Amino acid sequence: MTMTEFVISTIVKILVVLGIFSALAGFGTYLERKVLAFMQRRLGPMHVGPYGLLQVLADGIKLFTKEDIVPQNSIRPIFMIAPVIGAATAFIALAAVPLFPEFEIFGITVHPIISDVNVGVLFVLGVMASGLYAPLLAGMASANKWGLLGAARTVIQLLSYEVVTGLSIMAPLMMVGSLSLIDINNYQSGGIGDWIVWSQPVAFVLFLIAGFAETNRTPFDLLEHEAEIVSGYATEYSGMRWGMFFIGEYTNMITMAFLASIIFLGGFNDLGFIPGGLAIVLKVSFLFFFFLWTRAAWPHIRPDQLMWLCWKVLLPLAVINVVITGLVLMI
Amino acid sequence: MSLEQFKDRNVTQNYKFIPVDKPPVAPLDKFKQALKRTFKGELFVGLWVVFREMVRFNIHTVQYPKEKLPISPRYRAVHKLYRLLESGYERCIGCGLCEKICIANCIRMDTRYDENQRKEVTEYTINLGRCIFCGYCAEVCPELAIVHGGRYENASEQRAHFVLRDDILTPLDFLKEGKQEEFPGFGAVSPNADERIKKTPLAY
Repeated sequence: MTMTEFVISTIVKILVVLGIFSALAGFGTYLERKVLAFMQRRLGPMHVGPYGLLQVLADGIKLFTKEDIVPQNSIRPIFMIAPVIGAATAFIALAAVPLFPEFEIFGITVHPIISDVNVGVLFVLGVMASGLYAPLLAGMASANKWGLLGAARTVIQLLSYEVVTGLSIMAPLMMVGSLSLIDINNYQSGGIGDWIVWSQPVAFVLFLIAGFAETNRTPFDLLEHEAEIVSGYATEYSGMRWGMFFIGEYTNMITMAFLASIIFLGGFNDLGFIPGGLAIVLKVSFLFFFFLWTRAAWPHIRPDQLMWLCWKVLLPLAVINVVITGLVLMI
Repeated sequence: MSLEQFKDRNVTQNYKFIPVDKPPVAPLDKFKQALKRTFKGELFVGLWVVFREMVRFNIHTVQYPKEKLPISPRYRAVHKLYRLLESGYERCIGCGLCEKICIANCIRMDTRYDENQRKEVTEYTINLGRCIFCGYCAEVCPELAIVHGGRYENASEQRAHFVLRDDILTPLDFLKEGKQEEFPGFGAVSPNADERIKKTPLAY
């Protein structure tokens, strides 16, 4: 592959991923509202378009045309750049995620991964973790007590759970022996029995819990807990800047779902008669649905319970899991 | 059901007391409690409940402007002025009781004697901005001329639309089609009114 081809194909991939995933993030809000509504015996959005399908569009128009308000005492440049960090890191994290198996189109073999970094997992988790700067800076710059509290909670929550995420996937990585997501995927190419979730169930549960915390989803939805801190770091935000936080959040959810399905659930290997591309879409959709499902079913927890859970339960479990995996691998 | 039943204050309440354990203090007990709660699977019960409701798809939403819930005949919304069924004259005899009893002072009427020396209502307005829909006017009306209807959607662009006589008076063509239904609700005589009539005690 020549340099020109490489540059062009990468740019095309970036544009496709950006377009599809920002659209999916918008569509995710629609799905969330529908699923939550059905679980609570409501109908959800119904008026805009057939079954409310165009609600996303209407919300988008509303967000784009709203006045961009920057509060008086806020630190203007930081306040304005914080949501961009949130959305950008979410999309950058997707760069090292292999989304589909290789396929051919117009005689060209396409690798549906923007950049096959050989430390893919580290890159994705690192970039997602740096996304914590978005709520942190937003909350600190917006000259608002609720914003500040939200930012403080962001730091404790995301930093603590980052540790659990890292430790929980340590055990699968020890088994695979590579940090590249493609290698991890290929390790499980032998059907359902090869999925890492069977050999590492504890790691899978820990990873999911930490994923909920990192994407700021319901049982750990403390950064913008309406009942306590109005809207947390996003209190002073409105219009598209507010929307960017949520595009970031939903993209992070999808990234998390991709990571969980690639690392634990067999990735994009063929699943019986289901081709790999469809298999991973099904897995990611199920995990995304699971995010919404828990939101309808489970209550929030308190910040102190959050910290208790992280440091006194999940962290020891993760460490024990790593030790046991190491022992088993050694023997 | 007789009245005595309601007057009996010595009712035994069937309260069921749910025993609540004291929160554990000792570290080992705390640990046991956490362990029990973790593996009891209560979280999955929650997941199952909401999933069941989603699959059942037993939706309770009323899509309001398109669907409306039925309201009781006793509902007290915007008033109606009725006409006599046979002649089509207004039932209102201009007695002014409604104006007098209105505690929000929102009814105004003007009357004059017509050529037959009968009271005729020339102006009748109800200021719905002030009306508290207490229903006294309908209750006090001796002719069942003013009643409460079921129209509860009151949005308008001008305050003057709340509310003139022409808006609430039964239209003549409407009456001729027999669409003025006798009012069963607030202020109307009860169905068994005849049985309940007693002679005025004149003994004293």
